[in-house]
Amino acid sequence: MNIHEYQAKALFEKFGVAVPKGVAARSPAEFESALATLDHGPFIVKSQIHAGGRGKGTFTDGFKGGVKFAKTKAEALDFANRMYGNTLVTAQTGPAGRKVQTIYFTKAADITKEYYLAILLDRNTSRPVIVASTEGGVEIEKVAHDTPEKIFKIFVDPAVGLQGYQARQLAFQLGLSGDFFKNAVKLITGLYRMFWETDAAMVEVNPLITTADGGVLALDAKVSFDDNALFRRPEIGALRDLNEEDPKEIEASKYSLSYIALDGNIACLVNGAGLAMSTMDIIKHFGGSPANFLDVGGGASKDQVQAAFRIILTDPNVKGILVNIFGGIMDCNTIATGVVAAARELGLKIPLVVRLEGNNVAAGKKTLAESGLKIESADSMADAAQKIVKLVA
Amino acid sequence: MAIIVTEKTKVLVQGITGEFGGRHTKLSLDYGSQIVAGVTPGKGGQFFEHGAHKVPIFNTVADAVAATGATASAVFVPPPFAADAILEGVDAGLDLCVAITEGIPIRDMIQVKRAMQGRKTRLIGPNCPGIVTPGSGKDSSGGCRIGIAPGYIHKKGHVGVVSRSGTLTYEAVWQLTVKGLGQTTCVGIGGDPVNGTSHLDVMKMFNDDPETWGIIMIGEIGGSAEVEAARWIKANCKKPVAGFIAGATAPAGRRMGHAGAVVGGAEDTAAAKIAIFKECGIECAVTPSDMADALERAAKRLRAKLA
Repeated sequence: MNIHEYQAKALFEKFGVAVPKGVAARSPAEFESALATLDHGPFIVKSQIHAGGRGKGTFTDGFKGGVKFAKTKAEALDFANRMYGNTLVTAQTGPAGRKVQTIYFTKAADITKEYYLAILLDRNTSRPVIVASTEGGVEIEKVAHDTPEKIFKIFVDPAVGLQGYQARQLAFQLGLSGDFFKNAVKLITGLYRMFWETDAAMVEVNPLITTADGGVLALDAKVSFDDNALFRRPEIGALRDLNEEDPKEIEASKYSLSYIALDGNIACLVNGAGLAMSTMDIIKHFGGSPANFLDVGGGASKDQVQAAFRIILTDPNVKGILVNIFGGIMDCNTIATGVVAAARELGLKIPLVVRLEGNNVAAGKKTLAESGLKIESADSMADAAQKIVKLVA
Repeated sequence: MAIIVTEKTKVLVQGITGEFGGRHTKLSLDYGSQIVAGVTPGKGGQFFEHGAHKVPIFNTVADAVAATGATASAVFVPPPFAADAILEGVDAGLDLCVAITEGIPIRDMIQVKRAMQGRKTRLIGPNCPGIVTPGSGKDSSGGCRIGIAPGYIHKKGHVGVVSRSGTLTYEAVWQLTVKGLGQTTCVGIGGDPVNGTSHLDVMKMFNDDPETWGIIMIGEIGGSAEVEAARWIKANCKKPVAGFIAGATAPAGRRMGHAGAVVGGAEDTAAAKIAIFKECGIECAVTPSDMADALERAAKRLRAKLA
């Protein structure tokens, strides 16, 4: 689960991670009072969306930049009004962009130097890793590629947590001393505590900055949380912004379906994440374009199959559907019955190819054949993919 | 011979009285697995009954082990309590814990893995379909099934299968069985980013197992486990290996069902992994329908037998 920058910074403050003073405004009516809280400029006016690259982005009406420097209150208001309700396209949003519904005003900081700091799971060691670099404000992948010696890592032992010497080591490696050193250690310690205590999946501060008065601040904040832990973090779950999510994906999760929208026109309905991914892959292999990832999981009751079909059909791009079910414990005839019922009740008109394999497959195929509906059966995944691609072409 | 479990392995089920655990205990019993005990705190003294089977239930794993000599556990416990269940099994000195549960917080598994360092228990999973060593009976019964895989798709033989996936694994196993190529053991290591057993761990065991003559390795986007295994295979494995990586069409940064199936950078995409597989002499299945065929191609290249 992702959150906005302004929400991440509010969390940072709770854990002693210094940030520039900032106030979020959810509507134009709040702009003036937000700016009043910040006293005087200069300000940074920031569009809040769940995607990076905002500074270099462009709005669909031509306005350039989702993050703007404003010398005066008047300038800040002007920028905010241009951004609010507008659609921002960045390198990470895709061509459709994202509608901006919150503006975050912050005091502009007096930047001495920019650094990079992040905390995430290191999959090789199964430990949290703190990654820092003297090269901030740029793409960390580029730094890793060009100058890997400028990236420093600390692995935290979960048995004892982040140790003081580790935070100090990182601060020394970043070349810090005096007040900078002291404040960096405090920030790193607070950031790790936040990461661990909120069940975060990833915390990225790019840039982390030093300021002329000896301060060390998080200038940006990108935070995501472990979905598996949300059940025990209701205060984090409350930060969810449904406007940033695809309504089809939200609807799917209500039925315990795992759904991700893609760009293509052949929809899939599959049981199992690995099988679902490879179903998308095999459609592409035979020249088609998958419209979605959809894992119905181990259950696939009639209601779930029907909900899945309904969600699939709300995508106007969908021209055909491929159902691929390997009935392990699940009975193929149960799935077939569910598919027939859903197709009938929704008045399905577009091509439907169903590939069943496994438990009670013969009865399942019979149910499909005798349904009176235009449902094509397939034997292997290759057979199924080729059939649907041909029907949709 | 098989690896990790045989038809003689004594298994206990944590969460046997739950709907999910109970259902799969019955299927495992039908398959011929030696389910000797169940554990549900507070229900000690009761019995889990299925046909002629009467499986005693205990309050703790330690009690179950003391009474029955069980050495392996299947964990069918909901996410908030699953890490606790795993650690209880480790503390009771089990040889094996197979954690089926999907949805365990990553932080919990980070702690479990740390706590298990230096302990003798092997953890498989979590978020996995489990492990099957097929038997010689009808529909491969008489073997050992721990988890949720359908027993009948298997056949006793000489191919090892290791995979992060569930139904995609069954796809591979069924392709093999239909071709008459049976399996020694099929291991589902699960789809989570922090797990107990890696592709490499299983590959080493298959490499050392005289009964395993070829291996299919199935992976996904995210992480570097498959690449680690591939490099080891290049240096150390003389048996034919076929591989498949799911997720070539997955967009970056999205969690594709499995918590561990997220493309993090340029190196954990499907394309990157497939390229390294090829460099390491692993025959790549072009599509998921091609997995068993890919293994036959690998065997042909090495002039090796698979059955």
